[in-house]
Amino acid sequence: MTESPLPESFWRDGRGLRGWLLTTDHKRIGILFFFGTTLALILGGTFALVLRLELLTPDKTLVDAHTYNQLFTHHGVVMVWMFLIPSIPGVFGNFFVPIMIGAKDVAFPRLNLASFYVYLLGSVVTLVALVAGGVDTGWTFYAPYSASTNGAVGWVVTGVFILGISTIMSGINFIVTIHTLRAKGVGWMGIPIFVWTIYATSIIQVLATPVLGLSLMLVGIDHAWGLGLFDPAAGGDPVLFQHLFWFYSHPAVYIMILPALGVITEIVCTFSRNPPVSYRLLLVSALGIAFVGFLTWGHHMFIAGMSTFDSGVFGALSMLVAIFSAIKVFTWVATLYGGRISLGTPILYFFGFSFLFVFGGMSGVAVATSSLDVHWHDTYFVVAHFHFIMVGGSLTAYLAALHYWFPKVTGRQYSGRWGLVSAMMVTLGFFFTFMPQFLLGNAGMPRRYYSYPDRYQWLNVMSTAGASVLALGLLLTVGALAVACVRGKRAPADPWGSASPEWQVPSPPPQHNFVTPPDPRHGPYDYDGRERSE
Amino acid sequence: MKPEEIYADRRARTHALHLGMWIFLGSETLLFAGLFGLYSAYRAQFPADFATAVGHNDATIGTINTLVLIVSSFFVAWSIHALRGGHRRMCIASLVTAMALGASFLGLKTIEYSHHFAEGIAPGAQYTSTELPEAGARTFFTLYYAMTGLHALHVIAGLAILGWLATRVRRRRTTTERHVELELGGLYWHLIDVVWIFLWPLLYLTG
Repeated sequence: MTESPLPESFWRDGRGLRGWLLTTDHKRIGILFFFGTTLALILGGTFALVLRLELLTPDKTLVDAHTYNQLFTHHGVVMVWMFLIPSIPGVFGNFFVPIMIGAKDVAFPRLNLASFYVYLLGSVVTLVALVAGGVDTGWTFYAPYSASTNGAVGWVVTGVFILGISTIMSGINFIVTIHTLRAKGVGWMGIPIFVWTIYATSIIQVLATPVLGLSLMLVGIDHAWGLGLFDPAAGGDPVLFQHLFWFYSHPAVYIMILPALGVITEIVCTFSRNPPVSYRLLLVSALGIAFVGFLTWGHHMFIAGMSTFDSGVFGALSMLVAIFSAIKVFTWVATLYGGRISLGTPILYFFGFSFLFVFGGMSGVAVATSSLDVHWHDTYFVVAHFHFIMVGGSLTAYLAALHYWFPKVTGRQYSGRWGLVSAMMVTLGFFFTFMPQFLLGNAGMPRRYYSYPDRYQWLNVMSTAGASVLALGLLLTVGALAVACVRGKRAPADPWGSASPEWQVPSPPPQHNFVTPPDPRHGPYDYDGRERSE
Repeated sequence: MKPEEIYADRRARTHALHLGMWIFLGSETLLFAGLFGLYSAYRAQFPADFATAVGHNDATIGTINTLVLIVSSFFVAWSIHALRGGHRRMCIASLVTAMALGASFLGLKTIEYSHHFAEGIAPGAQYTSTELPEAGARTFFTLYYAMTGLHALHVIAGLAILGWLATRVRRRRTTTERHVELELGGLYWHLIDVVWIFLWPLLYLTG
């Protein structure tokens, strides 16, 4: 095949750099978010690697104890607010939601661009803390320590507050877009599940983020001027801060995982050439997770003086999330079972994802049991559990999405062989990083500790080795995709044989998304031209 | 991309803007909800101290301020009604009246704050008053400053928005035919009013 120049697409608008920095095109804003979140991932990942290297030996390896405390704090802050929360909605939500519902753009394009710059500003302010003395509170900013520690608490909480504004802006934008800009004939039950998960995520973003913003502002003011609102010495109650913080930060877990579940649904359906066995169940479980997510925050405080009755209620509500998640997993498996499966890098990531996500979910049911949590609370068991969801779930799904939509966004195809190698490395590397941490936690090693008894060393060595493989796998992914951007074979409009609307437009999509108006008669899962309902 | 290209017609865009504003107001409500939650928890912890501290606040100023905000909300609503009827000057006059009322709200609030400061009732560690029960009253007044302070920031933002709208109406950018921004600004101002209506009993009346 001879190489002809790429067709007219959103990549060229003839305005050069200005056309990127001042763009209101949702696709370009998605690309901007891709660069922002990738930098955050590299930064947060580097912090993680230093942490793992430090824990290679029981005593000092690389950094001193104080630096270690700052590193795990900044690792958490960068990964949660600068990578995980904006990653899938900011990059793929922005790029694909309008195309999937047949719209030319999001409802408020300028607000969309503003949300990127607010994200950038928030990230910069958050990172200023690094040079202004660092923060050693952990990403949870528990009071009253966060009010009394020396360090750049003010910078970090202000930065995260600003990042929260960006989250709310994009949440409002998605909700209004999905409500008002569906093309004629595209009903609520005719949109891809990915759109539903972005919708559910946006609702959480809009309702939970302001509470985080408020509690962080109180912490910031407390740190600067001594408010004492959460300080027992001044009549305050530190547990109240935990309630406020987790009222946001538990739903935030679902901000990070729901879009991932949407991505996985799209990949499963495309690669099995099959509509989901139940569209309704996938939709109800996504909204169910978003709703129940607001009622589970107490499970972070089982040992903070909560009554056994309250613990039981919060534990039972938390387990409901596992039921909704299981509904999704069974639906995916059943969809694969009835389909004609083809292989490709995205579905390989799904195989890794399904194992890790189920593992993380099951350990979540374990820690939601308050009697067991007394043993595991604040140990590496919890660290392993949430990394199985946040990395094994969200990051794996993000990589799956990256490989799934790469041909659409760039118009080029990447090497499947390198995709296989990197997917294996990421999955195995991840598994060997965090599996030993379950054992460490169960054996009693507390989280956030700088040194540990010798008997924990072999598991720590295994974890650090796994982290190195994971890091190499990620580097390989970046390298392979960067090469594919330049040298990859030209991708057709629909390389995976998907029925979803975004694959019916050219690769890469033209500036205004559609060459011909989208045809609403064919649903997103209309394989063989017939809809199987339920 | 220009709005006309995205939406089927102007009505669709107006609908989208209203929806976006209502969602934003929901988000704003949750911002205050955290403080209302803290207030409830601490009131349950120090019921008697809170009642004494509420009684110490000047209910007359608080009540006058409630009236001031409600009347200002009326003028904002009237400005929309006036513009719809084609009365541009009346619209501007209503907006300016609402702004004057908003500013006097802030003025009264400043008088209140200075009374408190004179008595040593300042937020957090700066609290030096010995007149009221120690821990409970201090927590109450820290929350009082947080709640009224956050509300005052919203009043200031609201005044800026009303000023911007009045200028737009004067320059004929916002007209009888196209005035969705006036409706959105009005919604925002009403939210400020509604939040105060909840602050008023909690901080002044339940002593």
